[in-house]
Amino acid sequence: MFEEFLNNQDSWLNGRGPSAEIVFSSRIRLARNFDEYPFTSRAASQQREAILQKISGLYPKVRRLKKSLFISMEKVSDLDKQFLLERHLVSQEHISTLKGKGLIVSGDENVAIMVNEEDHLRMQVIMSGFNLEGCWEILDEIDDELSKMVSFAFGASLGYLTACPTNVGTGLRASCMLHLPALVLTKRINKILELLAKVSFTTRGLFGEGTQALGNFFQISNQVSLGLSERELIENLSGVVNQLVSQEIDARNTLLKKYKISTEDNVWRALGILRSSRLISTSEALNHLSLLSLGLDLGIIKGTCVFGSKQTRELLNSLFILIQPAHLQKIEGKALKEEERDYIRAAILREKLRDGRE
Amino acid sequence: MLCDVCHKNIATVHLTEIINEKVVEMHICQECAKLKAEELKEQLSISDLLGGLVGMGPIEKEEKALHCPSCHLTYGEFKKKGRLGCGKCYATFKVQLLPLLKNIHGSTHHTGKAPFVKEKKKSREETMKGLRNRLQRAIHLEEYEEAARLRDEIKNLERKDK
Repeated sequence: MFEEFLNNQDSWLNGRGPSAEIVFSSRIRLARNFDEYPFTSRAASQQREAILQKISGLYPKVRRLKKSLFISMEKVSDLDKQFLLERHLVSQEHISTLKGKGLIVSGDENVAIMVNEEDHLRMQVIMSGFNLEGCWEILDEIDDELSKMVSFAFGASLGYLTACPTNVGTGLRASCMLHLPALVLTKRINKILELLAKVSFTTRGLFGEGTQALGNFFQISNQVSLGLSERELIENLSGVVNQLVSQEIDARNTLLKKYKISTEDNVWRALGILRSSRLISTSEALNHLSLLSLGLDLGIIKGTCVFGSKQTRELLNSLFILIQPAHLQKIEGKALKEEERDYIRAAILREKLRDGRE
Repeated sequence: MLCDVCHKNIATVHLTEIINEKVVEMHICQECAKLKAEELKEQLSISDLLGGLVGMGPIEKEEKALHCPSCHLTYGEFKKKGRLGCGKCYATFKVQLLPLLKNIHGSTHHTGKAPFVKEKKKSREETMKGLRNRLQRAIHLEEYEEAARLRDEIKNLERKDK
């Protein structure tokens, strides 16, 4: 299942889009519940089944979802669940064993709807680069179309009603995945993260809730969902992301000015390890890829000399995901133990970053 | 063995973490271990935070027994899990929830979009009101061209409503 995703050129992993060298991806999700059923955790298994049935009949009528895949999570293997998680199409919560869970994914993977996650519907649009506006345009349209066909739990003063009070109101969570190596190297990041928390923004790692900032990736999202309109929430996040991008650029300039040689050393060492190791863990690889990415952005290393191709950003951004455990196993077409994965990961990296190009 | 984090110093600290139900081993140097310890202290999840907020005061006996007529979730259960059972719970626990929402969001009033059907009706009323106001203002300022345009727009909308 899902093998076609590996070659998907249009997905959010393609490294195109505005500011893609710092803003890896943008994502917005809406939480919605059907009026006539209790929330997922309180619904009986027949009710969850009925919810799944209901949405399976509705989604083909939504313009943007016509050609989507509809999958019952019970039929998805553990490896495929992990694969979907690595592609940010499902949450950690959604791959638990609770029955009646489903997933709708558009062919380009930009739209994904989790059915019977914490809320009946968790609808997300994810795109590469800094493009929250683009995400909202699509999501808003899907939500409008669905709300013409069903009745969502909605209160006049509290807005969309959700299982967790942290999502009530708009039910909206917007986030951007930022790559901030220079802010980490110049040790400015902690101060910034503290400030962000003070103004109600949440920071997470590469894989959402409860994960650490691996490979210098930080996911920034709004904490508040009530009291501001969708547009205001998105504009606020955009403002913060713009700030972070300029802070990162500033830190990059500092690296070039004040720490040129040690930065060059860091970058070339990273490439050296990626090109020569025989066993490499995901976290080690992510950290080195992060430095390599920085080196390319700063002009320390030429993209053509690493990849032998001009589409450096595309290739590099996709590597961050390709080296994840479930992706390696999908590429190899079989289950692999941890050490086997480390071996194959190293081999793939050596191949992709082969030396001896112009 | 070199440190998994900085890859420069010799790893002297061996950490075992459980991530996604999997045991992950990390070998790191003294310096990075210090940073890591600070990071662990800083980790605080949303549910911890929420639990902290809900648990602001001691729970009253009658509050604990308060339950939703629709899904039968008790207030005690909500305080324990931080999740509501259905849409009606918001009305049932309104008194208890409003201060919590104020704390989380700084507001207790939704200003965003509404489901399509309701929104359409509301927005049409609002558009009409807005148009009438603008018409009055245009007449007042003697901008008759603009006033005529607005009058036609209002007429058009009224015709559509019928």
